[in-house]
Amino acid sequence: MSRLAKIGEWFDQRLQLGGTIRETMAHEVPRKSASWFYVFGSAALTVFILQIFTGIMLALIYVPSAGEAWNSLQYLNHGVTLGWFLRGVHGWGSNFMVAIVLIHMVQVAMFGAYKFPRELTWIIGVFLLLMTLGMAFTGQVLRFDQDAYWGLGIGAAICGRVPFVGAWVVHLLLGGPIIAGDTLSRFFAIHVFVIPGLLIGFVSLHLLMVLKLGINDWPMPGRLVRRATYVQEYHEMTKKDGVPFVPEAVWKDMFFSAFIIVCVMACAALFGPYGPNGQPDPTIVQTVPKPDYFFQWLYALLAYLPPEMETPALLIGPVVIIGFLVCLPFFAGEGEKSWKRRPIAVVTILLTAVALGTLTHLAGYTPWSPIMNAWSGDPVPVQYLNGRSPLERQGAAVFQGKQCRNCHSIGGSGGMRGPDLDSVAVRMTHDQLVRQVLQGGGNMPAYGKNLNPAEVAALVSFLDTLHPGNQLPARDAAQEVVSHDK
Amino acid sequence: MSDQEKGGMSRRDLMAKIGMLLNGAAVVILATPVVGYLLAPIVRGDGGRYRKWIDLGELDEFPEGQTRLAKYKNPISNPWDGETDNIPCWVRRIQGEKFQVFAINCAHLGCPVRWFPQSSLFMCPCHGGVYYQDGSRASGPPPRGLFEYPYKVEGGRLMIEAGQLPTLSTSASLRARSNGCQG
Repeated sequence: MSRLAKIGEWFDQRLQLGGTIRETMAHEVPRKSASWFYVFGSAALTVFILQIFTGIMLALIYVPSAGEAWNSLQYLNHGVTLGWFLRGVHGWGSNFMVAIVLIHMVQVAMFGAYKFPRELTWIIGVFLLLMTLGMAFTGQVLRFDQDAYWGLGIGAAICGRVPFVGAWVVHLLLGGPIIAGDTLSRFFAIHVFVIPGLLIGFVSLHLLMVLKLGINDWPMPGRLVRRATYVQEYHEMTKKDGVPFVPEAVWKDMFFSAFIIVCVMACAALFGPYGPNGQPDPTIVQTVPKPDYFFQWLYALLAYLPPEMETPALLIGPVVIIGFLVCLPFFAGEGEKSWKRRPIAVVTILLTAVALGTLTHLAGYTPWSPIMNAWSGDPVPVQYLNGRSPLERQGAAVFQGKQCRNCHSIGGSGGMRGPDLDSVAVRMTHDQLVRQVLQGGGNMPAYGKNLNPAEVAALVSFLDTLHPGNQLPARDAAQEVVSHDK
Repeated sequence: MSDQEKGGMSRRDLMAKIGMLLNGAAVVILATPVVGYLLAPIVRGDGGRYRKWIDLGELDEFPEGQTRLAKYKNPISNPWDGETDNIPCWVRRIQGEKFQVFAINCAHLGCPVRWFPQSSLFMCPCHGGVYYQDGSRASGPPPRGLFEYPYKVEGGRLMIEAGQLPTLSTSASLRARSNGCQG
């Protein structure tokens, strides 16, 4: 016996783990489950371990103090050897982790893996997803910059919508009545101790259950799950047509995990770390706060929901969604596993993906936000001024000066909050334009108090000119009849 | 064993149960201060601990008919708060000693609103909430007008009561129960 084997034996005699490890490695998995579709769970675990590792590295330097966090991040970026790279790996690792957890979840749902007897594995998985999102949000707060500060404000504003105990919830979130030192300290504790501790515990349980219950069999249309017979069928299947987990299945897991780690490192090296952007000084009001990528769908949703729907959607929506996910294995715990015979599941997943994707895409250019400097930054296109009367040109100046441009684009630049005005004269008559400017409405402020009659006259005469050459401006036929009669 | 068979309880079982009871009691005793500690951030507006008038500056710094950005130090403050201690607000001097002092936070989701004197509007960069110069809602998603601080004029100086992040269930001042109470 070699010396190495002897040392191994010495340890195993005391640890008594060798048997379990050998058993786990050799346990049979269904041949078809040793598939490239089954690599996302192990990849999520790999990225989680990477996050723990890089997180500890960052904690060697980071100062969890509202007064110093931003400076310590600058120091990490510029003053510490390869600090920028570790921040990049941690930030990109976070993106990859959320993405892989979501893909893993979709794969599990499509393959019916949440059905009997793996219901609890799925439910714990739902909590793991929530904790992963919790890590992403608290991590964004630890990058203590302007976005973090106002992101906390948004979180507090959402908590403030809770009926009756809203004030308590806000104070518990912020660690006091306002965003300050205690806020960052508690988010640090949550990000570094509370959620990771829970994650380690729940991930272990999740894994243990996968090993005890066996990996999900490859779904075959027509092979139904029944509580009475499934376990026996599964064991017969793995006995008859099973392959040992190591090496038949595990090599794919290892290849994919290695590929993901290389991708994270490549993103970190190419695109660098996230921020920090501006200092967390609330008196710098020239800022446009925006959440991180995986929360942008929510940011977009809050722009499009009707105001009276927001509080119910914010408070009841999560309960309904989480409740649905947790209850899913109880009302769909048996029956067909194959996506080929589960059209409702497939359509639900597709619609969710399209909805989240569309909202995230919209959040990329925020058409609902006024562009705060469009009025002073974008000139009126020359063709809208050529050959115009002095009054109409004066109107163009009013148009710019009164910040109409922040919400209305002309000539392709300006805000998209309101309709673009390149052909507004085709849509509205002179009188309608006057009324709209003075009284507002349809989500436009009333300018009656802010414009004097001369400015209104000039502005509307400018707007009257905004129509394509081949289209006549709108006219009020009735009025013409009346004036002809005179 | 023979005790158990008779339906009674052995000495060992009794001791184990008492042991569990003692541990349960210890947990409750320990939990009480821990829960108290965790709930400490829930401040009561009428506690008076944070009630304090904050000096925003001389009246002359705020010309009549104009709205200006003012900054103050948060009344509840620790040395490690850093820049988060500096809080901005919009001061509108209507005339004489009549003011409106608005919180910077949009009533929708708390983003910082910006004042545009040319069009006399506050605009929010996040979801496009717009307010008139008196703080009332003009358009967009906000469910109400801007939050206001209580203020008073004392010795030619403008004072406000502040200290809290205003949301739909908290006011800008720790004292004020209802918003917009004037002085």
